[in-house]
Amino acid sequence: MIPSAFDYAAPTTVEEALSLLAGADSAGDEVKLLAGGQSLIPVMKLRMADPSLVVDLGRIPGLSGITDDGASLTIGAMTPHHTVATDSLVLAHAPLIAQAAQTVADPQVRHRGTIGGALVHADPAGDMPAPVLALDAVFNISGPNGSRSVAAADFFQGYFTTAVEEGEILTGITVPKYGGWGSHYEKFTRVAQQWSIVAVAAAVRLEGGTIAEARLGLTNMSSVPLRATATEAALAGCELREDAIAAACANVADGTEPASDLNGDSAYRRHLATVLAKRAVLAAVGLSGRKG
Amino acid sequence: MASSKSIHVEVDGAAYTDDVEPRLLLVQYLRERLGKTGTLIGCDTTNCGACTVHLDGESVKSCTMFAVQADGRKVTTIEGMAQNGKLAPLQEAFHQCHALQCGFCTPGMIMQSASLLKENPNPTETEIREGLEGNLCRCTGYQNIVAAVKSVADGVEYGDSGVSVAESLVEDAESAGVS
Repeated sequence: MIPSAFDYAAPTTVEEALSLLAGADSAGDEVKLLAGGQSLIPVMKLRMADPSLVVDLGRIPGLSGITDDGASLTIGAMTPHHTVATDSLVLAHAPLIAQAAQTVADPQVRHRGTIGGALVHADPAGDMPAPVLALDAVFNISGPNGSRSVAAADFFQGYFTTAVEEGEILTGITVPKYGGWGSHYEKFTRVAQQWSIVAVAAAVRLEGGTIAEARLGLTNMSSVPLRATATEAALAGCELREDAIAAACANVADGTEPASDLNGDSAYRRHLATVLAKRAVLAAVGLSGRKG
Repeated sequence: MASSKSIHVEVDGAAYTDDVEPRLLLVQYLRERLGKTGTLIGCDTTNCGACTVHLDGESVKSCTMFAVQADGRKVTTIEGMAQNGKLAPLQEAFHQCHALQCGFCTPGMIMQSASLLKENPNPTETEIREGLEGNLCRCTGYQNIVAAVKSVADGVEYGDSGVSVAESLVEDAESAGVS
């Protein structure tokens, strides 16, 4: 399958990329930013996307890599999933994000696909949004009027829609360090390399043998990733027993209206969310043999 | 009208300079421009892994990359795996373990296996299966594929099977009735 013809530009700085976007906008051209291309190129091959200009961000050195900011990490938007999954800083300070990155698609796709591309693509079944939301990451966006920061809670706005406006570029995310927290990403699929049917991202801080704080992000339970704030509150003070954790997670799907599709109907997804939330929290507090 | 771009790319140790349309996929460039038909197109939808090649040493699906993205970079295909006329250890292991039936997935399986072993030289059987999750064998011949990869990780020496690359191609052609 061959995409429609397009013009191609490979800027080497963010400023150059922004001016290409501005130029395309004033010319009325449809422009697409190319990150790792593992979602965009298939969509272009199917001709569901038909841009007249593709701006490849792959030649901008500053957009890839992980930096230690002291109390937080900044992960460049063009950092490949494979790097995110194996980087020592991410593994040490945001292992939930590393573990989720390791579940994306397959090794070849993880070598090309990027965290920023996945977040801006904002597929409801994608694995990176929920962990990033659960950890309250900040999204760093550059545009014609300079840079701005957007909280994770405000970033995801609908199906494949984020706070990144036309003419803007996501340059990276800043993730607070979670020293001493346990975490786990529990993903349910039926076959290899599948998108999440449902997944739950959990991060938990223990204090004196009970759960002091919990953060839960839900994948594919809505058009956007969700924070399960009522369940987070129910988990605070919860004893480290399976029945207590299961009870705290029992209502995690309350208020959600997940889609029905060939992989499962809405009621099944709501059931899965309760099971996966329990498993994710049990693993995060070290009460199960699950990896992570 | 979209303008073509000039790219410089090293493929299997040889340098190439070509003008390509931006929409030309890397796999099409390899097969149709360079004649490297050892790299196959299976699904053309990023699922099957038959088109797997190495980009700067890392496995990628060449149906899901534009040739322009490979500008200035190094590509290795299945045709660049054998050295000095001798099969690479993984090729020899696939040959000896009968790790193929129809053979269509084999180039991609070998390229992904090489990438897997580079990142994890001593994988468990589970890690091999997970490492090959992006490669589909429609003959479902996974058992021997996993065994072949494991044998290379375990350092099994197959000795010289006597199959040099040129001879094996001749043998294949003869058995297929081509002379």
